[in-house]
Amino acid sequence: MSSGTTTKIPQAAAEPPAGPATPKKRAPQGHRRLLTRRDRITLGLMAGVPTVLHVTLVWVTALASIALAFTSWDGIGFGSITWVGLDNFKQLFSDNPQFWPAVQHNVIWFVVLILIPTPFGLFLAVQLDKRIRFSRVYQTAFFLPVVVSLAVTGFVWQLVYNPDTGLINSLVGANEPGHYIDWIGDPDLNLWAVLVAASWRHAGYMMILYLAGLKSVDPALREASALDGANEWQTFRNVVFPTLRPTNTVVLVVTIIEALRAFDLVFVFNKGAQGTELLSILVTNNIIGESSRIGYGSAIAVVLLVISLAVIVPYLIATFRKERRA
Amino acid sequence: MHHLSPSGRPALPSPSRRTLLRGMGGAAALGAGIPLLSACGGSGTAADPKTVTLGSNASDAVPKKAFAEIYAAFKKQSGITVDVNTKDHNTFQEQINSYLQGTPDDVFNWFAGYRMQFFAAKKLATPIDDVWQKIGGDFPDAMKALSKGEDGKYYFVPLYTYPWALFYRKSVFQQHGYTVPTTWDQLVALCRQMKKDGLVPVAFGDKDAWPALGTFDQINFRTNGYDFHVELMAGKASWTDAKVRKTFDHWAEILPYHQDGAVGRTWQDAAQTLVSKKAGMYLLGTFVAQQFTNQADADDLDFFAFPEIDPAHGQDTVEAPTDGFMLSKAPKSKASAVQLLEYLGTPEAEAIYLKADPSVVAASSKADTSSYTALQKKAYAMISGAKHLTQFMDRDSRPDFTSTVMQPALQKFVRDPKGIDGLLTSIERQKKTIFASG
Repeated sequence: MSSGTTTKIPQAAAEPPAGPATPKKRAPQGHRRLLTRRDRITLGLMAGVPTVLHVTLVWVTALASIALAFTSWDGIGFGSITWVGLDNFKQLFSDNPQFWPAVQHNVIWFVVLILIPTPFGLFLAVQLDKRIRFSRVYQTAFFLPVVVSLAVTGFVWQLVYNPDTGLINSLVGANEPGHYIDWIGDPDLNLWAVLVAASWRHAGYMMILYLAGLKSVDPALREASALDGANEWQTFRNVVFPTLRPTNTVVLVVTIIEALRAFDLVFVFNKGAQGTELLSILVTNNIIGESSRIGYGSAIAVVLLVISLAVIVPYLIATFRKERRA
Repeated sequence: MHHLSPSGRPALPSPSRRTLLRGMGGAAALGAGIPLLSACGGSGTAADPKTVTLGSNASDAVPKKAFAEIYAAFKKQSGITVDVNTKDHNTFQEQINSYLQGTPDDVFNWFAGYRMQFFAAKKLATPIDDVWQKIGGDFPDAMKALSKGEDGKYYFVPLYTYPWALFYRKSVFQQHGYTVPTTWDQLVALCRQMKKDGLVPVAFGDKDAWPALGTFDQINFRTNGYDFHVELMAGKASWTDAKVRKTFDHWAEILPYHQDGAVGRTWQDAAQTLVSKKAGMYLLGTFVAQQFTNQADADDLDFFAFPEIDPAHGQDTVEAPTDGFMLSKAPKSKASAVQLLEYLGTPEAEAIYLKADPSVVAASSKADTSSYTALQKKAYAMISGAKHLTQFMDRDSRPDFTSTVMQPALQKFVRDPKGIDGLLTSIERQKKTIFASG
């Protein structure tokens, strides 16, 4: 979303506008005269307003939070900002008992999403692509969790996991003292419990991406492999799956982003208490509140940013390189 | 966000709606970014001397209605309209910082103690000594002390308060022949007996992370006394002090008698085990009564002060969070706002509130107590007989410390009481850096 605006401006300006922008009188002396004053203002606004918004909302805030990461600030007046150097990071890495678990949980989040719901989504997509009966119904059913806001998803799953009155414990009778299963409070369980909910949603998302990918597989290829006597699995492995390469890249990136931005589900579930700490939640806990630790929260945000960049930059480089070659 | 404080006394058993709102509010707030938040506050209308704007956190039905009745009575008396801007209770708390820096309403709901002093010290509130010259005679000294900022000026008009205590069902105690414990040994013995009788001795739910703060407060000021508790809350005493260790040892002794799986349970769900007579006792504020929707059950509810641990301190300290009002930094119609605050400090205003919300008691000593329920009378007696009043950990100490350090630390302790030494060292290290800043 960030690179879009900047690359589009020169293109838009260079394109000769159609229709009303045709020169009124003599032949134009240069490119500039192609545009009337009004066109230029319109174009300027069209490109300028989003650019200003983008710069202030994305770049200024991002840079400001990087700068704030080296300060201590309670968020009240600019006078109370004090420079503390690397203190926030030192504290974070050595004293904060929630930081390393949070990093670890973000990683687990990614590994689980890529290993379980992603292949499952692919499986669903392949099945649905066969045009079985009621395909639309299944498609809708699996995609529904994606449409619903994660805050709502978290709320619904809470009803399932509530240790006293929830669906699971009521069914298996695990809400009695002695054999009590604390889905939300037990740090050995809650991350997995919430990951089930996350996977439930992610599978539908992946299914749609793969369905789109499968639609673009040339039917002739399948036909050819069928003529060669390949069975369904062989066709999938050797013909269909390799053609899904671009989709796989998208899926990988989307899953990484999902793992890094994981927040709402856990926030609603148990606010990132014991066992479900996430970087995004630590940022929120420190920044939002009646007396905030904005510097400290920003430091955590910077760590998150660095991790994100470490993942996204190589991807972007690879993509651009490919585009240039093409 | 995470500190749904004890003052988050929801009047209705609606944890789910609240959790949901909080989640969405938090997510929205994050998306909007800090600078934009301040734009939400205030009504932004031009000053009308006959209108006072008021920022309210009373989003639950019972308090909302009770406050509305007070404002209606005030209008009848003075001709001044109170323009109320109500926000979800927890959202209000989360945004208070940017709200007060932006264009806040003239008067706003807030809590006594450190949380009030913090904003007073940051010059985000106007001192109201003139109001107190009029209403001062109606309040006991403990309330006066609670309403002052660090600079000795008044910043707060208290309206109501409520004690924390151990709640129980009279019928359950009768049925098993239990007596109210007054010492620590009696409490432990009672817990043991209740367990034998098939009860959950102490109901407990710490999903919202603040209830455990209340348990810590009780055991700590009983073990080490009010003065040490205050020093500890102010960041002066050390968390690695042997005294604190003793508090946790006491806690660990009764922790096995607490309800299983507390970290996954809301206080409302925990209260239900007391309602259904599955639990013998429950340590909470009197707002637990809101969960007793059946009148017969409510009449069966009773409470006693947390038992004595060290005879030197007895039961002299009562935890009694107090809610009230403050005047924002630059009120648009100050004269009317002052008039409103004076009215809010009168026994009449208190009476109107208490009639609609009988789960709390008046902060004023002049308030009419004749219509109090038995529970209210007992609560009132407990507070007025106390030598010291505490507010609650997240009101007596820095909220950033209690929410980012203490809440997760105590949840950890509740889950695994064995790692206490490492936990205390970690708390102390984090405390030092937080208290060193600003």
